[in-house]
Amino acid sequence: MPFSLFNLKALSPEIFLVVVASLMVLFDRAIRAKDFFFWTGLFGTVLAWWLARESLGLAFGGSYLADHYGFFFKTIFLLSLFLSLLISPAYARREGFHFGEYYGLLYFAVCGMMLMASGTDLLVIYLGLELMSLSVYVLVALDWRDSRGLEGGLKYFLLGSLASAFLVMGLAFIYGQTGSLNLLEIKRQLTVSASEMAVLSGIVFFMVALGFKVAMVPFHMWAPDAYEGAPTPVTAFMSVAAKAAGFAALGRIFLLAFAPAHIFWMKLLVPLAVLTMFVGNILAVVQTNIKRLLAYSSVAHAGYVLLGIAVGTREGLSAVLLYLFVYAFMNIGAFAVVTLLQRESGAGESIFDYQGLAKLYPVPAFLMLLFMFSLTGIPPTAGFIGKFYLFRSVVHAGHPWLAVLAVLASVIAAYPYLRIVMLMYMREPERQIRPVASPSLWLALGLSAVGVILIGVYPGSLLHTVMGSVF
Amino acid sequence: MDLRMAEFPLLSLIIWLPVAGAVLLFLIPRRAEGLIKGLALVVALADLAVSLPLWFSFDRSFAGFQFVEKHPWIKALGVQYFLGVDGISVLFILLSALITILCILISWESITRKVKEFYIALLLTSAAMIGVFCALDLFLFYVFWEAMLIPMYLIIGIWGGPRRLYATIKFFLYTLIGSVLMLIGIIVIYFQAGTFEVPELVQMGLPQGLQLILFLAFFAAFAVKVPMWPVHTWLPDAHTEAPTAGSVILAGILIKMGAYGFLRFSLSFFPQATLALAVPMLVLSIVAIIYGALACLAQSDLKRLIAYSSVSHMGFVTLGIFSLTANGVEGAILQMINHGVVTGALFMCVGIVYDRTHSREISYYGGLASVMPIYAAFFLVFTMASIGLPGTNGFVGEFLILLGTFQAKKWAAALAATGVILGACYMLWLYQRVFCQKVNPQIARLPEMNLRETVALLPMLILVLWIGVYPKPFLSFMHVSVKALLQHVHSAGSAIPLSQLIKEGLHAVFPV
Repeated sequence: MPFSLFNLKALSPEIFLVVVASLMVLFDRAIRAKDFFFWTGLFGTVLAWWLARESLGLAFGGSYLADHYGFFFKTIFLLSLFLSLLISPAYARREGFHFGEYYGLLYFAVCGMMLMASGTDLLVIYLGLELMSLSVYVLVALDWRDSRGLEGGLKYFLLGSLASAFLVMGLAFIYGQTGSLNLLEIKRQLTVSASEMAVLSGIVFFMVALGFKVAMVPFHMWAPDAYEGAPTPVTAFMSVAAKAAGFAALGRIFLLAFAPAHIFWMKLLVPLAVLTMFVGNILAVVQTNIKRLLAYSSVAHAGYVLLGIAVGTREGLSAVLLYLFVYAFMNIGAFAVVTLLQRESGAGESIFDYQGLAKLYPVPAFLMLLFMFSLTGIPPTAGFIGKFYLFRSVVHAGHPWLAVLAVLASVIAAYPYLRIVMLMYMREPERQIRPVASPSLWLALGLSAVGVILIGVYPGSLLHTVMGSVF
Repeated sequence: MDLRMAEFPLLSLIIWLPVAGAVLLFLIPRRAEGLIKGLALVVALADLAVSLPLWFSFDRSFAGFQFVEKHPWIKALGVQYFLGVDGISVLFILLSALITILCILISWESITRKVKEFYIALLLTSAAMIGVFCALDLFLFYVFWEAMLIPMYLIIGIWGGPRRLYATIKFFLYTLIGSVLMLIGIIVIYFQAGTFEVPELVQMGLPQGLQLILFLAFFAAFAVKVPMWPVHTWLPDAHTEAPTAGSVILAGILIKMGAYGFLRFSLSFFPQATLALAVPMLVLSIVAIIYGALACLAQSDLKRLIAYSSVSHMGFVTLGIFSLTANGVEGAILQMINHGVVTGALFMCVGIVYDRTHSREISYYGGLASVMPIYAAFFLVFTMASIGLPGTNGFVGEFLILLGTFQAKKWAAALAATGVILGACYMLWLYQRVFCQKVNPQIARLPEMNLRETVALLPMLILVLWIGVYPKPFLSFMHVSVKALLQHVHSAGSAIPLSQLIKEGLHAVFPV
């Protein structure tokens, strides 16, 4: 192993993000033209991605590994950051949080996620998780005049702290048994002691803590409130990026460190994943608030992705990568449409505000239709490719019945999504909501739509990438 | 199985021409309605024109696939863009192209809202349907099969009748639940055989127990589409609420996809399961025939009655398929074409009076024959074809099916024949209530069919009589392919007792 204690190059994207974020927060007062932060944020995201691509390597004595796996997740984080930034300015200006801290906090959150994705030491992962979580708690409650945001933020914070406590507890158990926090070392030690109670409870604690972050049932209670209360661009960001970060850590810890105990944790994770799919989809059916509906649907999507982790194969993990990548396009696209129609004081949030949208504004309606069909998983959209590859990996791992359950859950999911399409296309408009669009919002919508169609029609190169991105 | 590669990508052209047309329509401003309709019609006509070589240069003595195109699509998943036709699928492509034209003609004036979107959806549906009949790669097949749902969902939901929202979501969910089970089946097959290619999969024998499970997975998709009793309940709603063009597409093509799926996939991939399950399938078919016919007698809504008659007629089709005799299967394929023509035409006829009166109630009409005599004459021919009167196409199809079934299982043929009698009852009674009796004053002033409507119905009339009098050109497409298919099924050996198959199936699923 090369001497890697101070290989700062491997960490350059994170360092870059922290520096830019600190500057944004520091100079917020000094700079009046707040759009400056928006543009800085956009270009910084691209630059950070370039840095991440150029700086694969090992750092801090093997506790940080910028590998292809980490890089793919960083791509997902930065992609969803980029798209969320694009939908931010109009909304932020209206709600009065168009200032440096907002963009700075997003950067801090992404930095935390990157640490989670590339950390090969439980403590680094924990630090990343905390950095991400604390930033996101604040982001959720950023609009301090909105009581729903405050409630959501507080709920997320209280439950999230509990989850963090679980993580630390699990960390202590694992350390006590294996004497190491390094994932590879844990894997080596775990082979001999997989049946011991302390190890097993350590694994369970990790499952609870990370399950909380990805909104796994029964630890999903915070999600609908936080998603509904948060400013919509933040919802879009956290529903994809924060979730992906949770899965990045889940994948790395469970498939690397806990791999020897796979038989054990699979028995726990599979029922929870199935439960997550069904609970998320069934509860989505009865929602009338679009953000809540998408929140429950995102719970359900976490359930599908959990299957990819639970089967414990490399192929399953690559399906997780693909699914989350695809999910970034379709979910942020859907939230972009929500942002387009949203007004002050919750107007435009009811799904009945979408009634007759196709007649009034055919283009946003058509894009929403595209994202809804993609979320349902109907070809030729990206959502289908994501689901197909995921279910394929589940079948390949020898669990066809699990795949059957998953597709049945996805049939339930069709109802809420189609209901929105139905409202938009098959009902007459009742009250008119003018979309407030900005060029950047249109760009976000356009990028998402192109992503959804392009991946749906020609997924070849992306599939090669995800297959080469698993460790 | 032999493949004959195409020198010219004819099938691709037939599939993608409507898509290109839809893109063109998308670019036209929505005010130019005349241009939109005109262009849609031109595209549909061109599509039929380019598919005519299938009729003329199809080699009827060749059992394998012709006009084959094969290109890699998603290498990482082993998916190919693989198209081809044989004697089983070729007629459906021609029928789809024809019916698309008629749908555009029949919607010319009845669709007044969102005209542009309607024709885009119609052309996309047409493309996806043709794709389903051409695809020789399971993945590609599934993509077309599912993609078709999107425009069809919109066609029923946006331009349909009063209960369209209920009908369209029911249609979508029923179809989806069947399809996703098939998707898992497709994935399982892939891991068993290592390929998605249909011709290769036909050669490959799957383990007996697995065949049963996979047969059921595919059955879920196809039975919903056909629709077989007891999963037929979406059909009366969807047919009734869809706009005329939607009903015609549903009856003409869409529900044929299910029966086609049985022929193309279930029979050839799972021959042992097919042999073992043939009798249960025959029973389900007979239930559908009799149940559908009895339900017809109780209907007061014109479209609903025809929809239930579809259930009954499609029961004949599945009966013919699972009789597993040459006559039965050929009759089933012919009957699928016939049903598309006749039921499609009947829905168009209902649409013609619906445009004038906006009522589908049978009791609203009465004595229509003296008000619209030409229309009544057309309707009479289609009624007779639906009953299966000799000289019409319905007779040829039903006769072949019953003949084939009689060769296989005499009791099944005897029971199914009651469906023919019941068919005469409900159709003649319908004709009597609508066209004979005293003229209902509400409809006394209805105008006769105009030229556009007559032109739309005329091809159907010609087909009814042509197939009825001289079916040989149509049957000649099928002989070789059907013979090869049945040989393949029967060469799988004698039927294994169902109980043993179930035991092996359970073992394949839960290896203890």
